[in-house]
Amino acid sequence: MSWGKRKKTGKHLGRGRLTALYVVLVLGSVMMLLPFVWMVSTSFKVENDIFSIPIKWLPQKITFENYIKALRVVPIAKNMLNTVIIAVPKILGEVFVSALVAFGFARFAFKGRNILFMILLATMMLPYEVTMIPTFMIWSHLGLSDSYVPLVLPAFCGSASFIFFMRMYFETIPKDYEEAAWLDGAKNLKVFYMIFIPMAKPALVTISLWSFMGTWNDLLGQLIYIDSQHKYTVQLALASFSSMTGETLWGPLMAASCMALIPIIALLLYAQKYFMEGIKLGGIKG
Amino acid sequence: MKKRQRAGFYFILPWLIGLIVFTAFPMLAAAYISLTDWDIVGNAKFIGLDNFKNVFRSEEFIKSLWVTFRYAILAVPLIIATSLTMAVMVSKNYKGMRIFRVIYYMPAIVSGVAVAIVFKWILDPSYGLINGVLSFFHIKGPDWLYDPDWVLPSYLIMAMWGAGGSLLTYLAALKDIPQDLYDAAMIDGANTWKKVKYITIPLMTPIIFYNLVLGIIAAFRKFTDAYVLGGAGKEGNFYMVYLYEEAFSHYRMGYATALAWILFAIILLLTIIVNWTKKYWVYSE
Repeated sequence: MSWGKRKKTGKHLGRGRLTALYVVLVLGSVMMLLPFVWMVSTSFKVENDIFSIPIKWLPQKITFENYIKALRVVPIAKNMLNTVIIAVPKILGEVFVSALVAFGFARFAFKGRNILFMILLATMMLPYEVTMIPTFMIWSHLGLSDSYVPLVLPAFCGSASFIFFMRMYFETIPKDYEEAAWLDGAKNLKVFYMIFIPMAKPALVTISLWSFMGTWNDLLGQLIYIDSQHKYTVQLALASFSSMTGETLWGPLMAASCMALIPIIALLLYAQKYFMEGIKLGGIKG
Repeated sequence: MKKRQRAGFYFILPWLIGLIVFTAFPMLAAAYISLTDWDIVGNAKFIGLDNFKNVFRSEEFIKSLWVTFRYAILAVPLIIATSLTMAVMVSKNYKGMRIFRVIYYMPAIVSGVAVAIVFKWILDPSYGLINGVLSFFHIKGPDWLYDPDWVLPSYLIMAMWGAGGSLLTYLAALKDIPQDLYDAAMIDGANTWKKVKYITIPLMTPIIFYNLVLGIIAAFRKFTDAYVLGGAGKEGNFYMVYLYEEAFSHYRMGYATALAWILFAIILLLTIIVNWTKKYWVYSE
């Protein structure tokens, strides 16, 4: 069960085979990291080095020209800010409401609970595509189609997979913890706020990260709703920059991609513990 | 006690409202819209099942379905095999394994348009990284996204690169395999390959099954990469790209909604089929 036990068996792997394992793992890592290296390297190259045969692994002369050119067309800082403006209320709503609903499912035996939970599971299977067009119609009839409202507001109804995940987590919390509080006459919301939220902190951080990644990487949803250029998110700005420039501007394109990926990679490295911990909670994906 | 029961209902109320407003109602609307001719601006005109008939007559539909289907059939097993191999390799607690886990998992986190653009550059026929490396070995690389025959392999390369997305689920499952089984096998003189074949793989089948279902769904919903990369000869015209273009470039809302229902039916059917095969290969206690 535990990682500790595994360590013991590790000793059975001979020295030669251990070396072989590391060689394969390092080769695999090189494959994984190469696209990033190539991206960063290209973004600092002068045009002659970019379009060179044979290829040049590293810039012969480091230039910031590509970044300057990219920033002239793509206001990446503003696009990031726009993504964050969507992401922050969305995460708050999605995480808080999902936890609230999960608490309801986990700790109260109300009528129809099991059937409703089955419906919740079914909606996880339901393709977003079917409801996508009618939902778009509704928002555009309300005059909200070129705004962030359609991207944010639905989050305040919770997300089925987060509710599922949080319910699982809450059910691992022993009932004794809240029994005393309930006997003392504490209000339900207080029990939720004072006991369940603090105890579920790691799980809440994990789903917050998933929610953020989902928003940061979402193209389809943002493509459908956002038209005005000043409202463009990172994904939209990059997509339009790429379709605009065609094949010639690889330097600026790589500079823009680089700038878009830095915050995400930084977040992964900083919060890797929470990404990796996610598996211990059941291993479902957001 | 009665009061406490009712309170539970209030807690789930936000989700219930969402279910009605953002799922149930749009689904009913989608059922109706798929039976109409509607370009958003005018009124919807009821045309019965014409949209569905037109879909099945459309060559573009057949083509995009074929592109998506071929991708799914190749990419899903490739991704499963790759991420399972990665998981087995990094599961033990040797030095530095945490770093390898993060590296293999990273592509799953940094998806999106930026990565698609980087791959477009890597796959560039003249100055790209892949053909550049191949030329060191005096191999002339293919034109990748610019050659209809090489579009699918291009997408498969990208899919393999992002295979680490399901790594964490496999790691969790590997951790749950009782160590006793391996110890017993060792006493019986089983080698590593036998241990993998008779212990690891059978005990991993439930999680492989889970990732198979999710993988099929994800393959049929592929959008971002395909939207950015495209591909010669419409070989990169995945189903969702086709659906998106019909709805939001040509404003054929009725037709696109019919496409969405067909996608739903395909995914449902495939899930049922895969679920039916479960009893033949998925280990259960």
